[in-house]
Amino acid sequence: MPKAIVIEKYCKSCSLCVEICPKKIMAISDHTNDKGYFVATCIDQEQCIGCTLCATVCPDVAIDVYK
Amino acid sequence: MNKVFSRSKGLTDVPFTFCPGCTHGIIMRLIAEVLEELDILEETIGVSPVGCAGFSQDFFTCDFVGAAHGRAQAVGTGIKRALPHRTVFTYQGDGDIAAIGTQHAVHVAARGEKITSIMVNNAIYGMTGGQMAPTTLTNMKTSTSPFGRDPQTMGFPMDFPKLLAGIPGAAYVASVSVDSPKNIKKTKDAIRKAFKVQQAGLGFSLVSVLSTCPTNWGLNPSESLKWLRENMMPIYEMGELKVSEEVEKL
Ligand SMILES: Cc1ncc(C[n+]2csc(CCOP(=O)(O)OP(=O)(O)O)c2C)c(N)n1
Ligand code: SF4
Ligand code: SF4
Ligand code: SF4
Ligand SMILES: [Mg+2]
Repeated sequence: MPKAIVIEKYCKSCSLCVEICPKKIMAISDHTNDKGYFVATCIDQEQCIGCTLCATVCPDVAIDVYK
Repeated sequence: MNKVFSRSKGLTDVPFTFCPGCTHGIIMRLIAEVLEELDILEETIGVSPVGCAGFSQDFFTCDFVGAAHGRAQAVGTGIKRALPHRTVFTYQGDGDIAAIGTQHAVHVAARGEKITSIMVNNAIYGMTGGQMAPTTLTNMKTSTSPFGRDPQTMGFPMDFPKLLAGIPGAAYVASVSVDSPKNIKKTKDAIRKAFKVQQAGLGFSLVSVLSTCPTNWGLNPSESLKWLRENMMPIYEMGELKVSEEVEKL
């Protein structure tokens, strides 16, 4: 199964991945990283199609995608 | 299961210092990926500017030299002439390359220096608090044009890559954007081509990338991408602005 993993230390909560995901499974979570940003997370890995769009638009290279 | 997207070997593990949603980071990632894919990380020397990209040396795994404001291409020229077998690139904001550094950009193009420059055009001086740049759009509000840029007193926005494209020593000039996945791909293709032009010794290559500055534009990251698309892309000529005959044959 494809999956998108957010590497929390890089995330700055910009939401660009949330908006681009065609499956609407990226969301800003309610917990923060060391810098105080509410990190993005994939809320339903089962639905991920591994399209890499979230990682492509992430300005902080915070997402790894597996397929 | 294979990793289909992960951090390039061209990047260190240091997080970027850019504001949330700032597309400087996308451009840096694309350069790092191209250097890795062309297998030239070992031989490449980058030159960093003054501006928000002033910490570039911390983010790339290749060699780097820091230059004074606007002087990256002069430093790059010296490095390339002393070490012609190394790949040399400069990474510069619009203020760095098209305001204080204009003379170097024009003459580096005129001399056909065999270096590659990446210009990041966010239509503003990002680092110093959002002052007007030569690239600021007509009527655009900045901290030094609080009522909007009035061309009658503040001049017109300058299409800098277009200007450089008209100079014979410029072998390859492209104007691209990172506002969408499709355009991010086009940007990567242009960066790859620019480095190949340098490898083939065909002359100066420049890729100008339209980029956002959410902090100084006063917009959120997503609104910034939309603003760029709707306001900057119609003003600045997009696409490959110069492809010399030799580059055509590459
Ligand atoms: C000689 C000199 N003049 C002025 C400055 C102040 N200064 C620092 S960065 C900058 C402009 C940066 O704008 P840009 O090149 O567009 O980069 P950005 O931060 O927008 O990416 C200026 C004017 C300086 N550091 N050195
Ligand atoms: S890889 Fe595609 S489907 Fe999966 S989370 Fe990212 S954008 Fe969504
Ligand atoms: S695009 Fe990147 S930095 Fe922005 S919220 Fe998503 S993972 Fe975080
Ligand atoms: S000030 Fe603007 S250009 Fe600089 S890091 Fe922040 S958003 Fe990016
Ligand atoms: Mg700028």
